[in-house]
Amino acid sequence: MQLGFLVDLHLCMGCKGCEIACKVENEVPLSTWRLRVKYVDVGAFPETKRTFTPLRCNHCANAPCERICPVSALHYLENGIVNIDKDRCIGCAGCIMACPYGAIYIDPQTQTADKCTYCAHRVASSMMPSCVVACPVEANIFGDLDDPMSNISKYIQQHQGNVQVRKPEKGTEPHHYYVGGGNVTLNPLASFRAEGHSLFNNLTHLPVGGHH
Amino acid sequence: MAHEIIAATNAVVVLDVALPGIVWGWIITMNMWAKSIGTGIIFLTFFLLKKYPKETGFIRFPAVMVSIVTIHLFLFFTVIDLHQMFRFWHIFFHPHMTSAITIGAWMATGFVGLLLGMAYAIYMKKDEALYDRLLGYTVLLAVPVTLYTAGLMAQSTARELWQMPTESAQMILAALIAGTATMLLLGGNKFSNTIKKDLGIILGLSAAAAFILYMAELIFGPMKAEEVAAVLEYIKGGEYTIMFWIGQVLAFIVPMILVWVSIKKESYYLLKIAAVSALIGLWISKHVWLVIPQLLNMS
Ligand code: SF4
Ligand code: SF4
Ligand code: SF4
Repeated sequence: MQLGFLVDLHLCMGCKGCEIACKVENEVPLSTWRLRVKYVDVGAFPETKRTFTPLRCNHCANAPCERICPVSALHYLENGIVNIDKDRCIGCAGCIMACPYGAIYIDPQTQTADKCTYCAHRVASSMMPSCVVACPVEANIFGDLDDPMSNISKYIQQHQGNVQVRKPEKGTEPHHYYVGGGNVTLNPLASFRAEGHSLFNNLTHLPVGGHH
Repeated sequence: MAHEIIAATNAVVVLDVALPGIVWGWIITMNMWAKSIGTGIIFLTFFLLKKYPKETGFIRFPAVMVSIVTIHLFLFFTVIDLHQMFRFWHIFFHPHMTSAITIGAWMATGFVGLLLGMAYAIYMKKDEALYDRLLGYTVLLAVPVTLYTAGLMAQSTARELWQMPTESAQMILAALIAGTATMLLLGGNKFSNTIKKDLGIILGLSAAAAFILYMAELIFGPMKAEEVAAVLEYIKGGEYTIMFWIGQVLAFIVPMILVWVSIKKESYYLLKIAAVSALIGLWISKHVWLVIPQLLNMS
């Protein structure tokens, strides 16, 4: 079994339901995020478009975060999930340096690394991840990539030629796909980012582990 | 390049979470800097004892003490940077051998053991032969202990600026610069002019090599990857430009000039200034190189 995610960016309407569902399900503390939806505006008036991109851990097959973790706090589950054992983590932040997607943060409450776990605890009880359940337009598709009959496998088959991963050149082999993605949505360097264009207009940088 | 893409699409992030702050800051700079001195002084002790065994015997004790102190500083800064510092023992009891951090921690522990053995040999037993035997093993181990941080940086796949094998070369050169500078300050006027000249040449050449690597990165780095180009903007007119150049001047340019003047005039008092300048500049250069890739937004 190899669990994977797919987000159809044509469907996503940027409601941030997944973001909130994730926060609640996983008790993600203030100023930290396992999943977020980024808004990027493209074009010049009147030819403008707003894009929405949900961003979470990719559960890479060749995960640099798992490789660099000195104590195996980051580890693979049999279903392919890159999971984290917070009791083992020493908070060295090596994984934060290694993940090319900025998917890991230091939890200010536990002072350990944390990230999206594909809701491994829910999956273990045969439930869908919280963000999948919350999505009103079923833009988040989750399932077994090894099973050709799973929804995610069928979706990938149907949209061949329009399925992307983030930063494929890094060789991380993400198990997280996008349909309808492009440079602007998937490459952070392809958009201008002014300081202060955030949910917190007076907070330009996230505190690391709760420390400013 | 990124800015061309932006011009073409006029893409602007309008709503997102704030950018992550710097995760590895001055504590990690202290860690790398102290380690450069700790292993570098061992390289130089080995060199001097081989080449000038009679004149430099007196450095055996002070050199090993400097190494012990700086390696413990390195370990101290390593541990206090952990967000869960009292769990550092997990590295030994739940080791993950693909991690450069694990390998480094194990090797540094062995290195400390050998240093303590050397201190015991020279201070308690007054046994120079034993000290020199242990020094042979310590030098061998000093090489991977110096290099493992480069391995760690190479494993940091998010930070394209830190590349292998450039970082390996930079780590060894930093150790040679820091070791020579510390040795020049440690030996003082007890060294003959011939020895001072040798140390000056090592300092000058190491500084020149490191400077060439930095300049090569600065000029050719942007051609390697979009991320490298974006990161180097921070030192090409960006907020870390002045700090970067202060570091380059103090660590490499000033020592190169002072070494050249000293050798030309056959007068070596300037080497101490070169040594202090190199040590300060090295800290600044390492800090800038550590911090700038972390300013880049990863997603
Ligand atoms: S996206 Fe980042 S955190 Fe997730 S598995 Fe890949 S490297 Fe690790
Ligand atoms: S911060 Fe924790 S999970 Fe990340 S590499 Fe260090 S020990 Fe592993
Ligand atoms: S799978 Fe779970 S942990 Fe991951 S983003 Fe969705 S809700 Fe959050």
